[in-house]
Amino acid sequence: MTTDVALPTAVSQQFPSATPRASLDCPAFNVPPADVLAVLQYLRDAQGYDFLMDATAIDWTAEKSPRFTVVWHLYSSTKHTYVRLAADCASDAAPTMPSAAGLWAGANWLEREVYDMFGITFDGHPDLRRILMWDGYPYHPLRKEFPLAGLPTDLPDAEIAAETKTNLIAAPMAGGPFVAKSGQPMGEAEPRAKDEAWNEQRPKPE
Amino acid sequence: MAADFSFPEAAAKAANVPKEFEPEKMSLSMGPSHPSTHGVLRIQFELDGETVTKADPIVGYLHRGDEKIAENMTYNQFVPYTDRLDYIAPLANNMAYAIAVERLAKLEVPARCQAIRVLTAEMARVSSHLMGLGAYGIDVGAWSVFMYCFTEREKLYALFEELTGARFTTSYTRIGGLQRDVPEGWIQKVDAFCEQFLPILDEILGLLSRNKIFLDRTVGVGVISKADALSYGLTGPNLRGSGIATDLRKDRPYSGYEQYEFDVPVGAKGDCYDRYLCRGEEMKQSVRIIRQIVKNFPGGDWYAPDARKIFAPRKDKVLTSMEELINNFMIVTEGPQMPAGEVYFEAENPKGVLGFYIVSNGGGVPYRMKIRSPSFCNLSILPKLCVGHLVSDVVSILGSLDFVMGECDR
Repeated sequence: MTTDVALPTAVSQQFPSATPRASLDCPAFNVPPADVLAVLQYLRDAQGYDFLMDATAIDWTAEKSPRFTVVWHLYSSTKHTYVRLAADCASDAAPTMPSAAGLWAGANWLEREVYDMFGITFDGHPDLRRILMWDGYPYHPLRKEFPLAGLPTDLPDAEIAAETKTNLIAAPMAGGPFVAKSGQPMGEAEPRAKDEAWNEQRPKPE
Repeated sequence: MAADFSFPEAAAKAANVPKEFEPEKMSLSMGPSHPSTHGVLRIQFELDGETVTKADPIVGYLHRGDEKIAENMTYNQFVPYTDRLDYIAPLANNMAYAIAVERLAKLEVPARCQAIRVLTAEMARVSSHLMGLGAYGIDVGAWSVFMYCFTEREKLYALFEELTGARFTTSYTRIGGLQRDVPEGWIQKVDAFCEQFLPILDEILGLLSRNKIFLDRTVGVGVISKADALSYGLTGPNLRGSGIATDLRKDRPYSGYEQYEFDVPVGAKGDCYDRYLCRGEEMKQSVRIIRQIVKNFPGGDWYAPDARKIFAPRKDKVLTSMEELINNFMIVTEGPQMPAGEVYFEAENPKGVLGFYIVSNGGGVPYRMKIRSPSFCNLSILPKLCVGHLVSDVVSILGSLDFVMGECDR
């Protein structure tokens, strides 16, 4: 698999603050947040990395500091190689990162997704709103402390919530006919249809 | 020609209209359940008459938290979830995911396994483009195209069913191999399908390519410039329709694509019609690849034989030998064992480039997995692309982008 062999030296000469990052495939760099835009622009304009393929983040859990790392993947349509760029957010409580939406229009939605899922704000983003969850949703689901089953919240529409007197429940399928429950005897925990409810404790009805 | 006429007097009057008489902008919500949004996309329009002045796509109605789910299960357990990304071409997703994890493990699968994967991925591409083409036909008023496309797609699904046991949710790959080898006589059936498919494909494309109504609805509509296509990160036929010949199968061949001869069709103008032409030609090229594989179908293993901690042993061995039984048990309960590290792998899927970014701390469960979905990035251009078009043109643009919401929302 081809990689851009000359890139690490070129980047470290241009940006002494960029340090190599452990990677199993393409060249990767850790960059301080202040230099991110300059490095991205250098890679795009001087090194031919014209595609911003992906921008995402990693949550290293609340115990670690720095907690959030934002990761960019660039692709060069001329060299046919990738490069990965990562930057740790300075603040764990209110993580921010400069926005690349001025360099690639596609960064707009990618950063909105990162904001939605991790709560990382992007400085200079033209329209930082939630994208996959609805406006007013109180959590950031891809943070590690957010449970897989979800958390109960209010319905997005206040009128419907007042009329139906319901809210969103966590894991709405739990306890349903085909859903396994953990921490119970095997016969109880295995998924089964409701009419086959006999198990170790309750014998099959005659 | 409309440009020959001008109405300076009327224009001067319109400029002097007092503010209270200015025409009101109308807001229109299209979707989430609208036949032309191909799923649950919603677009909030601001209209001046029938012309779009602002478009705000609202996505996320199909968000299931696939990335969160992936952090909570072993690598093999996630394979069925990849079916549900681009549910029009699950086999291509299966392959992209399996290769991404194999890159993490630095595992090479044998030639036969690679060939089967490429074969199924190209069949998935044909079926995906048939679906896209048929639905596009309906969008712009050509019903019969849909019928032809679905008949052909059905034949492909019969082949998928024979191979994987399922028509749609195939879950065919495993990390380090496949679910099973190809059944006896299946390859000949694929060949027979290709044989009869090409003339029918020409017939289907003949229904549209010089169709006056279709040309009026697509030529010059929804033009994406090269610069915009790059800047918004478009991929797949939407990018190539704009004249950028980037195809990962050619540029960074994976799974043995370098052995096959095929051309990458590229558009000239970047309008809806060019994107349609690219898809049509891509189907022919896919058939070309399939026939090359069928001709020289490699023998040997269909799974990585040396990956004992990754690929489960054969079932007859599991049932007769203690060691294999333990090995199988460990792979099922603990998951295939991966080294720590980060990889990013992208595959050229029918809709565009599907990428998996996997962060592993070792063990059988990824620490973080990001799915780079082509439909999500392709749709991000809508706010720019729709402005200035009529609402009926938006239907044409949406069809030409050929997105899948399951993949967009993940």
